[in-house]
Order: sequence, then C-alpha cells, then structure tokens
Amino acid sequence: MFDELSSKLSGALQRLTGRGVLSEDAVREGLREIRRILLEADVSFDLTRQFLERVQEKAVGQQIIKSVRPGQQLVKIVYDELVAMLGETQSPIAHASVPPTVILLVGLQGSGKTTTAGKLAKRLKLEQKAPFLVAADVYRPAAAEQLETLGKQVDVGVHREDGQQDVVALVKRGIEAAGRARARTVLVDTAGRLQIDEEMMRELTRLKAAVAPHEILLVADGMTGQDAVRIAQGFHDALGITGVILTKMDGDARGGAALSIYGVTKAPIKYVGVGERLEALEPFHPERMAGRILQQGDVLTLVEKAQATVDEKEAERLAKKATSKKGLDLQDFLGAMKQMQKLGPLKNVLGMLPGVNSQMLKNANVDDQKLKHVEAIVLSMTKAERADPDLMNGSRRMRVAKGAGRTVQEVNQLLSQFKQMQKVMKGAGKPGAKLPFGPRFPGR
Amino acid sequence: MTDRITQRSKQSLWSRLKRVALTDVGALVRGFKAADIEAMERLLLEADFGIAATTDLVEMLEDGVRRGRLKNEDDIQAAVRTRLTELLSSPDDPGAIRKAAAGPTVILIAGVNGVGKTTSIAKLARRLTRQGEKVLLAAADTYRAGAVAQLETWADRLGLPIVSGAAGGDPAAVAFDALAAAETRGSTVVIIDTAGRLHTQEGLMDELKKVARVIGRKAPGAPHETLLVLDGTVGQNAVQQGKLFAEAVSPTGLIVTKLDGTARGGSVVALRRELALPIRFLGTGEQADDLEVFDAARFAADLLGEG
Ligand SMILES: Nc1nc2c(ncn2[C@@H]2O[C@H](COP(=O)(O)OP(=O)(O)OP(=O)(O)O)[C@@H](O)[C@H]2O)c(=O)[nH]1
Ligand SMILES: [Mg+2]
Repeated sequence: MFDELSSKLSGALQRLTGRGVLSEDAVREGLREIRRILLEADVSFDLTRQFLERVQEKAVGQQIIKSVRPGQQLVKIVYDELVAMLGETQSPIAHASVPPTVILLVGLQGSGKTTTAGKLAKRLKLEQKAPFLVAADVYRPAAAEQLETLGKQVDVGVHREDGQQDVVALVKRGIEAAGRARARTVLVDTAGRLQIDEEMMRELTRLKAAVAPHEILLVADGMTGQDAVRIAQGFHDALGITGVILTKMDGDARGGAALSIYGVTKAPIKYVGVGERLEALEPFHPERMAGRILQQGDVLTLVEKAQATVDEKEAERLAKKATSKKGLDLQDFLGAMKQMQKLGPLKNVLGMLPGVNSQMLKNANVDDQKLKHVEAIVLSMTKAERADPDLMNGSRRMRVAKGAGRTVQEVNQLLSQFKQMQKVMKGAGKPGAKLPFGPRFPGR
Repeated sequence: MTDRITQRSKQSLWSRLKRVALTDVGALVRGFKAADIEAMERLLLEADFGIAATTDLVEMLEDGVRRGRLKNEDDIQAAVRTRLTELLSSPDDPGAIRKAAAGPTVILIAGVNGVGKTTSIAKLARRLTRQGEKVLLAAADTYRAGAVAQLETWADRLGLPIVSGAAGGDPAAVAFDALAAAETRGSTVVIIDTAGRLHTQEGLMDELKKVARVIGRKAPGAPHETLLVLDGTVGQNAVQQGKLFAEAVSPTGLIVTKLDGTARGGSVVALRRELALPIRFLGTGEQADDLEVFDAARFAADLLGEG
C-alpha cells in the first residue's frame, strides 16, 4: 500500500539528493513535487497546504547537518511530518474494564463494515476477547446473512432479527444475547449511510446514547477521494469516533484518505484491511506507513539513532577498513555488532534500512538471541584468530565451540557468513556510507 | 432517501468559483492573479478533478480571459460548463442498451468491492422491465458471503427470475447456466452480477475475463454490454480502476454511484482524460428507482454545484 505515492515521492527527492546544499530553491522545488504527489494521492487540499507550510518552515533556514546529505535532510523532515500527519502511535482497541466492550462499526455504504466486522471478530477471538457479532444493518438486503456467514466462518455468535426495524432495540437485545453467550466484546455492524443523511445519522446518535459504546470505529474506503474530509467530519461531529479502519488497502490506491481522515478527526487509524480473507486485517503503523510513503525505509531514523550512539570516529575507521584490501576482521565485526545492539532490537534496525521490507524480514529470521550466540563465539576466539579468521582450523573451531557453548556447525556457519559479509562490504562500502556494517547482518 | 438529501445545502462550487475569480473585477482585464488561480484550482481539486484536468481547465480560463474572450462571470461559467460537457459527453445515447441481434441481450456488471454493483443491477432491471424487457438475473458473485442472497432479495422484490450460483462455485458456470435458462424461458435481457474485485488482483481479473469469454462462447456477441461500476466517492484511483478493467473486459460504459452524497464524482473527469469510456448511468440512492441516465450537461452543472 502507498507504493505509488512512495515511488513518486522518492523520485522527487532523489533529484534533490546529492546537490550538496539544501537551498531554498531546492526545498521549493521539492515541495512543489510533493504537493503534486500528495494531491494525486487524494490527500485533502487543506491538509496538503498545511503540510507543505510546516515542511517549508522546518526546512528552510535549518542548519545543514554535515554528515547527512541535504536531500536526506528534507526527506527526514517530510517523513517526520508524514508520521505526525498519520497519527504518531499505534493504537489498539480499548477494552472496557467491565465487559462487555461494545464496538460500533460505522461508515458509508460499501466501505467494508461487514467484512471488517468478521475480520475483527477473528482477531479478537485469537486475542481471547470472546467476540460476538450483532447485525444492525436492517436495510441492505441480506446484510444479516452476510454477517451470519462470517460469524460461522470464525465460529463466533451472531445476533440477528429479521424484519426488525428498531435498530436501537435490536442492538440492546444483541448485547444481552452476547452477555448470555459469555462474550466479552460485542461488534455491532451498522448499516452504511451517508454522513449527510440526517435521519440515518440520528439513528446512530440514538444508538450511541442507548448502548454507550466504548469504541466507535469509522470504517472508510482507502480509495476515497477529497470527500474523505467531509465524510470523516460528518461522522465525527455526529458521533465522536474513537478510531478508524481503512479498507481495500491491498490495491494500488495511494491512500491519501488516511492522512485526510486522521487530519480531520485525530482519531487513530487502528487497522488497515488488506484483502478479502478474514485474516487480512493488519494493525496500522504510522512510522512504517510514512517510511513506505517515502520508500526510504526509516533510513533517517536510523541515521539519527546511529549518530547518537555510534562513535563517529570508530565508524569512520570501520568504514575505511571495510573497503580496504584486508577488509574487516572478526574483532571489527564484533565492534560493529555491539554498536548495532545499542541501536535496539536487530529486527528494528534491519527494518529501517531501505530496500528491506517486512516480507524479507520474515524470511531473514534474525533474532537477538542469535546475535548473542554470535557474540559468544567471537569472544571465545583469541585475538589472533579474530584478526585472521583463516587461522581457524578444525581443532580451533572445536575449541571455540566448546568455549562458547555452541555447536561446531554454528561456528562454521558464522565463519562462512563473515567471509560473505567481508566480500559484500568491500563492494558496497563506498565512501560516505552511513554505517560501518553491511546492508544485512548475517542471520542464519 | 433522495428527498431528504436533496434538501441539503451544498455550497455551490460555481458561487465559490465566482467569488474567488471575480472579486477583483480588474482580473478580467489583467488576467488572473496567482492567488485567484490557486483558489480556483482548489475548487476543482476538492471536487476530485485531479491535477491534470484541473490544470487544463484553469489554463483554459486564464487564456480566455487574457485574450478577451471571457469578459464577465457569465462567460466564465459558460466556458467551464461547456468544456466539462464536451469532455464528458459521448455520441451515443447513454441510456440505450445495445441489444443482441438474436436471443437474449447479456449485460455483465463488474467493479471493485462495495461500489454498488448489485444495487445497480436491481436499478437497471427495474428500468428495463419498465421498458417491456423480460429480465433474468444471474447471481455470479459466489465469493462474498451473502451476495447471492442479496441479489435474490432484489429478484424477489422486483418479481424477476434468478439463476444463483452455489457458494464458492464457478462464476462462469453460473453465467453459462443463466444464458441457458434465459433461452428456455424466453428472457430478453440477462444481467450478470459479479463479485467485487480490486483491479490489481490479477487472478480475479482473469476470472472475470473467463466469465466474459464463456458468455461469448455461449452467445456470439455477448456480453453486449459490460458496465463498470465506479463509486462516486472514489478519488484518483478511479483512473487506475478504469484502465485495468478496460484492459481486462473492455467495458462499454460506466455507472457512477453514490452521487446522492457530497461527492461530486469529479474523478470521472480525470478518468475521461485517459479513457474514452462513456458514462451511462448514475446511482443516486439505495432504492431500485434511484438511477438516472447520464446527461453530460447536467452532470457538468452539478460538478460546478449549479444544479
Ligand atoms: N447512497 C447510495 N448507496 C448506494 C448506491 N448504490 C449502492 N449503494 C449502497 O452501497 C452498498 C453496497 O452496494 P452493493 O450493491 O452491495 O455493492 P457491490 O458492488 O455489489 O458490493 P460487493 O458485491 O460486495 O462488491 C449498499 O449498502 C447499497 O445500498 C447509491 O447510488 N447511493
Ligand atoms: Mg455485490
């Protein structure tokens, strides 16, 4: 998702990168491009303007950080603002201290409420929150059938009443039924409605007053255009929504609606729907999303973090050495590794690098435990062995394995991975490289 | 529902356009100032016209004013409306369904999830029934839970025969069966509902192609109409939807839905710049009567909030 926005934005900023100075012209040119990108991505006109003003204010006249390229500096500012625009923290469902937690799903027709209700039920079931579904769409033909089928698929109880028109009474009875079924979370699937349909909106305000829901989630189509602002405003004014779920984000929509809706409501985007299957609901991560928009990974956060923790001189020395004929030795390898540890869990660090996506990380299977084992092995070597890993013959390997409490296979693996890394580093480590270690830490 | 909604106060796009463009009467002589142009852009962009179409229109206005062709606000209003009408109209009558030379006319309905396909089928069916056609419905959305029941409810309400697929069944087979049923029953029109799908899902787009192919084999020349349903609240993604569905099943036209809300459906202007797909019908509510035959001049006026 956001892939298209990502590629366009990074295209624009690419041109700014490497110009040497972050001039006002460069900033302005970059911003013009960003404006176009945001508008084409369906970000609301007002938000786009506010966004550009904020970025401009921050970018122009800001002291140029020597060690960061100017284009990247602008990317960083754009990125930070995007994160802020998307809501800064990831926010789970708020559960009531005394069950049942009542959650209303509201939104326009066709935005995906019923499917989302099924997906949420599945997720809440896995989280052992004992969900229960209430079919409160009494208007659309077969809406209750749809919810019932989904309920069966996830093995969750469904309350439906055929021919009932009094939605408030229906939902009240549904909550009672949920209580009898010992459910702890009640998901109420309401009928789609236009935010300007006063009569239908009054139905929701009455429902809210009658059942005091803990969450009112706006389910919005991720492909929505400029109307997203009016839709979000309408539902928010009437109901005070507590969260947003964006659907159909598995397509190629640029997803500017996310920015618009959050901008208007300041209600956190809790989940995104990424497919029709009931598993296709993912928690929303603003940072990840913004990083994706920029298609830079969280590279600048990484730069920032790295600068804070890595000794610059040591980094420079390592970078130089990495590209030298001899390359890094295991001692340096350990040093680099320790610096990485300071940067936080390995997965986070790798996830920040450009070109590394969550899919790759799934396969990479790096864990901090593994890193500890690697460290134990390196520490069990003598100084000479660390400096020249070629010394490591069979008996030495056995000794090191014993000392580290690991298997010989693991030692072998580490050594071959190290060799590989050495090769990669020699090729990749151009001067000015930000980090003294390779793009990917040897996993397993 | 439509009645309740038409009473809303939708601020006229034109009145706003007029205000920003013409507050300074001198602008008509000197041409527009940068701020006026931005304000105008804003009005168009906020109606989902998209950057390219907006730029086109604004440049046309600037040019017209500079050359003295547009002398007053009436001129400008007319120019925008005419240009939009030109852009949106097509030579054929949007309301006329292309009929089969022999045998039943087959209409295939396609589009992204939740855009209003099934409801639009009910609307079309009612319209055609009133025109004396004998309509048969085909519930070939075998994927979404409750989809078949939804169309069956409509068939029931409209008193129409329906051929339904089993959950998880092959949609092409349902379409095939529906054509066979139509022949034996003497139906004159078959409308086929399909599951919603994102245009980016290749497998599902292939499935749709297969439905069209199977129909074509059963009845030469079919489907006689393939209508792509587009949600009026959609933004610039409309262009992608239009392009990819066009590649897959060459639609013969568009149905734009949910225009009873605040959305103006301006993204069809962006789509029209890219594709020659004619707009055929508009959905303006949830009931079977809430269907309008597309009228370019009226749509243009609505886009400008004049309607
Ligand atoms: N306000 C309004 N609602 C509409 C219009 N057309 C359809 N709807 C509503 O939009 C919702 C979705 O419509 P459907 O006809 O089920 O859409 P679909 O494209 O068949 O959906 P899937 O089969 O799930 O992909 C329903 O609640 C309809 O009542 C319209 O023109 N205006
Ligand atoms: Mg349908």
